[in-house]
Amino acid sequence: MSDTPLLSVRDLSVAFTQGGAQNLAVDHVSFDIARGETVALVGESGSGKSVTALSVLKLLPYPAASHPSGEILFHGENLLAGGEKDLRKVRGNKITMIFQEPMTSLNPLHTIEQQIGEILKIHRGMGDKQARARTLELLHEVGIQQPERRLGAYPHQLSGGQRQRVMIAMSLANEPELLIADEPTTALDVTVQAQILELLDELKKKNGMSMLFITHDLGIVRRIADKVCVMTKGRIVEAGLTSEIFENPQHEYTRHLLAAEPKGTAPKANPDAETVMTGDDIKVWFPIKQGFFRNTVDYVKAVDGIDVVVKAGQTLGVVGESGSGKTTLGLALSRMISSEGRIMLGQKEIDGYSFKQMRPLRREMQIVFQDPFGSLSPRMSVSEIIEEGLKIHEPNLSVDERDAMVVDVLGEVGLDPATRFRYPHEFSGGQRQRIAIARAMVLKPRFVMLDEPTSALDMSVQAQVVDLLRDLQKKHDLAYLFISHDLKVVRALSNHVIVMRNGKVVEQGSTEQIFENPQTDYTKALIAAAFDIATAPAGVVSQ
Amino acid sequence: MSDVIAKGEVEKVRERTARPWLSPLNQRRWQNFKANRRGYWSLWIFLVLFVLSLFAEFIANDKPIIASYKGEILFPVLVDYPEEKFGGFLAVTDYRDPIISEEIEANGWLIWPPIRYSYRTVNNDIPESAPAKPSWLYDAETRCGRYFDGAADPACTVGNWNWLGTDDQARDVLARIIYGFRISVLFGLVLTLASAVIGVSAGAVQGYFGGWTDLIFQRVIEIWSSIPVLYLILIIAAVLPPGFFILLGIMLLFSWVAFVGVVRAEFLRARNFEYVNAARALGVSNGTIMFRHLLPNAMVATLTFLPFILNGSITTLTSLDFLGFGLPPGSASLGELLRQGQRNLNAPWLGITGFLTLSIMLSLLIFIGEAVRDAFDPRKTFK
Repeated sequence: MSDTPLLSVRDLSVAFTQGGAQNLAVDHVSFDIARGETVALVGESGSGKSVTALSVLKLLPYPAASHPSGEILFHGENLLAGGEKDLRKVRGNKITMIFQEPMTSLNPLHTIEQQIGEILKIHRGMGDKQARARTLELLHEVGIQQPERRLGAYPHQLSGGQRQRVMIAMSLANEPELLIADEPTTALDVTVQAQILELLDELKKKNGMSMLFITHDLGIVRRIADKVCVMTKGRIVEAGLTSEIFENPQHEYTRHLLAAEPKGTAPKANPDAETVMTGDDIKVWFPIKQGFFRNTVDYVKAVDGIDVVVKAGQTLGVVGESGSGKTTLGLALSRMISSEGRIMLGQKEIDGYSFKQMRPLRREMQIVFQDPFGSLSPRMSVSEIIEEGLKIHEPNLSVDERDAMVVDVLGEVGLDPATRFRYPHEFSGGQRQRIAIARAMVLKPRFVMLDEPTSALDMSVQAQVVDLLRDLQKKHDLAYLFISHDLKVVRALSNHVIVMRNGKVVEQGSTEQIFENPQTDYTKALIAAAFDIATAPAGVVSQ
Repeated sequence: MSDVIAKGEVEKVRERTARPWLSPLNQRRWQNFKANRRGYWSLWIFLVLFVLSLFAEFIANDKPIIASYKGEILFPVLVDYPEEKFGGFLAVTDYRDPIISEEIEANGWLIWPPIRYSYRTVNNDIPESAPAKPSWLYDAETRCGRYFDGAADPACTVGNWNWLGTDDQARDVLARIIYGFRISVLFGLVLTLASAVIGVSAGAVQGYFGGWTDLIFQRVIEIWSSIPVLYLILIIAAVLPPGFFILLGIMLLFSWVAFVGVVRAEFLRARNFEYVNAARALGVSNGTIMFRHLLPNAMVATLTFLPFILNGSITTLTSLDFLGFGLPPGSASLGELLRQGQRNLNAPWLGITGFLTLSIMLSLLIFIGEAVRDAFDPRKTFK
């Protein structure tokens, strides 16, 4: 390590101007990255960590964004003062970036070869042949299996993890000195996350790069970073070596973050509890049709013969990687998609019911969706969103009675009822998920399907939502079907767990059994990835 | 964040906060609309013109608004009095007849509208053979040369001026454009609204249900929209007497198709949104989901189209009139005015008036439409 750091951010501020008002997103932030070092910026959404990273390459929407103070020195040169031409030499060449969402950061109309080749041709002036050889080399380096066959693939033909690997290959193409990774694993499964982190770590050591790593997940930081800067509300409140921060956090906010992991376990299951939802041998097969007459040649067996029992006041956790069929199972049980096999709600056999016949039963079985930004209509106020179900299932209520129930349920999920005439965009992710939960709870259901309700949320908010769900369950004796790929959350909430892979049950049992004494390699790999961010041997989990 | 609130607290909270009458979203839209100064002013100018033209009978008419005759108050604008009442013999009184007006003046008074011609009133006293120039181009002697007492005649007043001249049937051009503006705008508005209702419903159903519904409907629309509209109108005009509602009906048969594409696309995109699924999970019926959750998404695209469809309808009506296949002969129509302008090149006031009226009307509507589109664009930011 030399004395001058590779990148030095000094007293950086970023302000956004909108409608005449100036909003300071980053407030006098300073940090250094030495050669070969990984620095992590940690904070919740809205803390300004991504904005800080984007200003390094001046990728913010100027002139709406501006820098009232500060400089960013890269090799001693101030990037903020540089013109567009100077920056283009640095971008994608000496400093590269990978983003959170691998689907949208790749051009859907270009093949993998074109995406990676373009950079090589622009910055290195390589010819077609040379570029192809180097592309293959890069794909091999980032661990894409059979790279020759992947050259002609389009982004949609790859899995999320593979896409992120391609993104990494693109950013490595020019052997950068600094790699900025903006939440590169947030959109990925835990098992894939572990693989990607290991890959980044390996490549960093091999190429001697520095890395600026942005994340909200302290588990990742502990695994990968040398130094940590904890950000909140645009300021760095604590910075230091990773080991020191984890051992001995000084600032209150850091301690709050460290304590924020989902904790606790589900209350003891009562074996005599009433059975609310039963599924026998549930199958969801999607036909694959081919040929002129669209004959069915085969089936995608998304859910292939699964038995489910959920009892009142208890939670059944369903875990598995994406594509394992866990959400499909939940949707089939809620009768949102057609399926085979007997489904019982209480004593009623509902698998033969039409959509219309199901309508009165909907109030007993509710769903909370994964994405709190997508599941609330942006054009309806919170009050309208919550009372929509009441209007259908209790049409005789007066406006005042309905309003009283909305106020009541908002208080129950921990939101200020005075905000009920606001619109969803005015709320944070965690608050939005509370609104979605209130929408389900206002109908007083017996069975609630929770489809990854925490995976789009910040770590500290996840814990709050888990606590809220557990309280509501206790209070109303609810039966939960909890779907997640994150075993930390599942352990905190479930009594029983089903581990799914490719539509089949791999392992099932009580939560203690599964976590204390997992039987299959697949379950072990999931647990290792979730708790230690460790990778499993090749072949056990998908890439 | 507060914990579970007590029952009594609920009432207090509800008293503190009330439902706002205009949602913040609509408030923002109104602000954005006002921020577009050109559109905002166009709206006001258009509204004033439109409201005035709705009361065209009180502005340009060949009947007095109010008359007093032998102690009785009469409203000739609203009621057709037989001429017997004033000592004549016609079934409908011609108030412009000097004998009648003098009779009324002698036994009471009458208040004329500012322009004493309706769109079909023939001015028998124009100074030269029709089309006559605008009155202010003549001196007083020539202007009133045809009246009984010349310039000293009581009929020689500003109210009897032809401000924009007359057409080749000696009808007042200004009166005709006031009535023509009204019928054009009303025709455009009714046609646009009706086709929006039909087109949006059709697009909504196709997009929401998809599959076979969509496939069959789309093919039907393809066949339907390949019928040449103009020829069809010409053929129908030969069979049925063309009138306001027959023209409206024929054009409505084809104009709704324009909305289907955008609305269908919007519904196809949005029907799998998570909040739509969430509504299904609540047990909301298909109709309500379409109306409450999906339609607002499609409205932005529809509103972008509306001003252009509106202008297109007005232009189509005008061009049909221009060709002589539009509204029945004698109706106030801008297309007919343009045709007169084309036939009487020696009378430039006809063509120029028709052109200016049309272009100002269409521009105002487009400016308003632009501002509305901006207001509904969620990504548009104003400094």
